Amino acid sequence: MLLARLTEANGAPGQEGDVRDLIRAEVEPHVHEIRTDALGNLIAVKNPDAPGPRVMLAAHMDEVALMIVGIESNGFLKFRPIGGVDPRVLVAKSVLVGAKKIPGVIGSKPIHLQRPPERERAFSIQELLIDIGAKNKEEAEGLVKLGEIAYFTTKYEEFGTGKVKAKALDDRVGCALAIRLLQEEVSFPLIAAFTVQEEVGLRGAGVATYQIKPDLALVLEGTTASDVPGTDEHKHATTVGAGPCITVMDRVSIPHPPLVQELFAIAEAEGIKVQVRRNTAGGTDAGQIQLSEEGVKVATIAVPCRYIHSPASVMSKHDFEGAYQLVKSYLTRLQEREASK
Amino acid sequence: MEIKQVLRNLSEASGVSGHEHNLVSTIQDSCPWADEIACDKLGNLIMLKRGSGPEPRPKVMLAGHMDEIGLIITKIEKDGFLRFGTIGGFDQRVLLAQEVLVHGKEPLTGVIGAKPPHIQAPGEQSKAVKMEDLFIDVGFDSQDEAAKLVRVGDLVTLKRDVVDLQGSFLAGKSFDDRAGVAAILECFKALDGLSHTADVYGVATVQEEVGLRGAITSTYGIVPDIGIAIDVGFGDSPGLPESDTIKLGKGPGIAIGPHVHPKVHARMLETAKEWNIGYSLDPSPYPGGTDTYAIQVARAGVATILLSIPLRYMHTPIETIDYADVKQTGRLMALFIAGLDQEFVEGLTCF
Repeated sequence: MLLARLTEANGAPGQEGDVRDLIRAEVEPHVHEIRTDALGNLIAVKNPDAPGPRVMLAAHMDEVALMIVGIESNGFLKFRPIGGVDPRVLVAKSVLVGAKKIPGVIGSKPIHLQRPPERERAFSIQELLIDIGAKNKEEAEGLVKLGEIAYFTTKYEEFGTGKVKAKALDDRVGCALAIRLLQEEVSFPLIAAFTVQEEVGLRGAGVATYQIKPDLALVLEGTTASDVPGTDEHKHATTVGAGPCITVMDRVSIPHPPLVQELFAIAEAEGIKVQVRRNTAGGTDAGQIQLSEEGVKVATIAVPCRYIHSPASVMSKHDFEGAYQLVKSYLTRLQEREASK
Repeated sequence: MEIKQVLRNLSEASGVSGHEHNLVSTIQDSCPWADEIACDKLGNLIMLKRGSGPEPRPKVMLAGHMDEIGLIITKIEKDGFLRFGTIGGFDQRVLLAQEVLVHGKEPLTGVIGAKPPHIQAPGEQSKAVKMEDLFIDVGFDSQDEAAKLVRVGDLVTLKRDVVDLQGSFLAGKSFDDRAGVAAILECFKALDGLSHTADVYGVATVQEEVGLRGAITSTYGIVPDIGIAIDVGFGDSPGLPESDTIKLGKGPGIAIGPHVHPKVHARMLETAKEWNIGYSLDPSPYPGGTDTYAIQVARAGVATILLSIPLRYMHTPIETIDYADVKQTGRLMALFIAGLDQEFVEGLTCF
């Protein structure tokens, strides 16, 4: 299962190698050109010299994770999040650290030795350490290097009513969509950019777009859903199971309104259930892509994911399928429009 | 099967207080050294290894509790999310973003949901999410769907595979106190190669986490001369004062305090020194918190001692131990038992 392999692979910002290799092997048979650039973006091109609009699909390969920034004298590892991680989700989780994939756990003070008021405040990132079972600093230094990354160990699993639980659904779900869409037969140039370093400031997308020079770009994402108890309905942002979402505005972009309207129209015509992303927080690669050269028309299509940026996020397979159908229908219509020219 | 592997299996199995039955077959199948195995009415698993020689023989009871802390479903929300309460002491801060197993009509995967950073108010991350605001996502879309498989009162356990850390360190759930149960098995195995006059009752007790209940009934039934509880003690870890902890990898903590019989304590220390087994002294001013407390006051009173396997991050799903300590605890108990005779146990009532 592609999404299982993608989410169980590890790729922190700037260290996307394993994910890139996996994607390269998947898409190579379906594209005419494939290359990487100086930042590590993977660019896969179908019909590079064909006439028609240059359509870009973008999905980022990186995920939030933890960087080792210190090794204590007792062999414990200090870390800081790379990308946005709420330290509260880290307590009592297992991780794999560094190139040697050393197993570790993130420990905390036992409840028995706490005074009740302590339980009201969150552990700060400074109080959390990774325990790999090393006896001292020397032993730990032989196993882990500063700057290496600790990843969550969550296994992909399908559960409930068509739901998926996995780490890194943001944005391996977008990668999986782009991989599948590259298998479509189209007459125009279709270019997929699997970008790096989205989680630390949309760093890869700009340089990828500069090379691709698209006429329009569709950004494929896994986005925040907070349709859970305790969140008022108007703050849900998106609803898992209610179809893929279309962004009308987020923190970094206002997707091209005619393109957005066209996507809604296609969804209606094809009977694909979609939803508007009802939140303007958060940013995607669209923010950088739209500002490339003299500007690019963008749209963002996302699969709602609960608990993103935590060890275990949850999405619906129906939403994933809906996102695929929506983009596929868009490409088909574009193809028909080109053919009738 | 290696006892370390038995412990891995026990750790990954489910047995919240009062519902320990799933663990019984794993433990008894791993104990070929017992002459008799039985369960009492509360569900305590009692394994007897007889001593040699004429009666009366000293009776030693070893107690490690097999129950674990867990959660219990209190409400199914209209959109299919589950609310829960706790069985045993959980820090609300360790529950966020954990994977769980909901023991409904069939075991269901669930996630304890966490609010993404993108939609949090400033300052939110410095406050703990309250237990009452937590919920389990089992992936259902409605109350009706959920209610087909889950009922209020169903139990929930944390889901965590055992992780092998460096050396012989293991991390996982429920080592409190299945590591104690494993130490009993190690003791039985070691006793098999020793001659001992004492009858040894290894008990995997129930309901320790909710009030030491299994130890009460099993001790009443066994009537031991000496009771040894094997539980876990706070292991050395960052942020904890050295005086509150015992070091991993240095053998068991040997308790001293009101719940420890002075002669048993002295003999335990002598045994450790004689056989060069590492230990830490574990002074505890309050006698409660482990099965020792219940065993000590059964019937006309029992001479007791507590051995503690050092464990980090107690009552979390990543409790961490050094398996070498489990082995050493088993060996120490076996050698202690091998050195017992009727004269020693008769002296225990003479102060």
